Amino acid sequence: MALQDKYAELVQAAHAHGVANFSVAEQNGVLHVSGTAANTATYDALWALYAKIDPDMASGDLMMNIDIKADAGGQLKVTTDASNLNIRNTPSTEGEVVGKAAHGETVTLVEKTDDSWWKVRTADGEEGYAFAQYLSPM
Amino acid sequence: MKITKISLAIALMIAVAFTSCKPKDADIQAGVETALKAEPKSATTKVEVKEGVVTLTGECGDAVCKANCEKLASAVKGVKLPVVNNLTVTPPPAPVAAPVSTTTVMDAKVMQTIKDGLKDIKGVVVDFATGKPMLSGEVSAADRMKIMQMQSSAKVMFDVTKLMTKK
Repeated sequence: MALQDKYAELVQAAHAHGVANFSVAEQNGVLHVSGTAANTATYDALWALYAKIDPDMASGDLMMNIDIKADAGGQLKVTTDASNLNIRNTPSTEGEVVGKAAHGETVTLVEKTDDSWWKVRTADGEEGYAFAQYLSPM
Repeated sequence: MKITKISLAIALMIAVAFTSCKPKDADIQAGVETALKAEPKSATTKVEVKEGVVTLTGECGDAVCKANCEKLASAVKGVKLPVVNNLTVTPPPAPVAAPVSTTTVMDAKVMQTIKDGLKDIKGVVVDFATGKPMLSGEVSAADRMKIMQMQSSAKVMFDVTKLMTKK
């Protein structure tokens, strides 16, 4: 219960932002929260709260498995630091690079292959897998 | 003169009789409510009293709780028996599903995902020797957040106790 108290503000915020399928469960000293945020702003707000509650996020007592609502056909923004985002023929860095999306470019989501790799299509029609971490639903 | 005094006395007696009737039910209700506190699973029960007859409604944790509430209520002074027991028994909640956000198997695919994610973050080293990804090095606060977000998408708990944040 202590963990739920520690992250109470986060849980409240998730409810306030209307995070879909929101669930909270405590297991082996780790609080697992999961759900789908409606937009990137909500996602960022929740992560900022986490960083506020647990400075350095080093306690290892929270697993925040929140994703952002993204439907096939939706637009994604490439959020690399500066470089191009590789688009590969298989969902792995082992895959051959079949295309590139520039930083800040908009691509279309084809499917969420898994939590780490999403299949996307660039404006030029190149289709392949990109690392989901560098893609933000718009 | 005498008649009015008597009638006044009668009126007063009637008034007293009526008013003394009302708080009696209220007293019984309070008594039953207090008695029910002995049954911890009866938090959402409601007590109604009408002319000494107690009606229990609401939810009780289990059949034992239902029976116990009736017993407790019956023992309260002034309660007309039998107690109307309309309590419903709440089915036990479905067991809490195990959190979906952790994979226990550290297979090659998960390791590759973690490596892929960390590839572009400067200053971080990952070691899989212990079976749990052990991160070390020094990263910016923004990169630390990216690492934690990666942990969530890889669904594997990282050990970040040796990961420093640049001031």
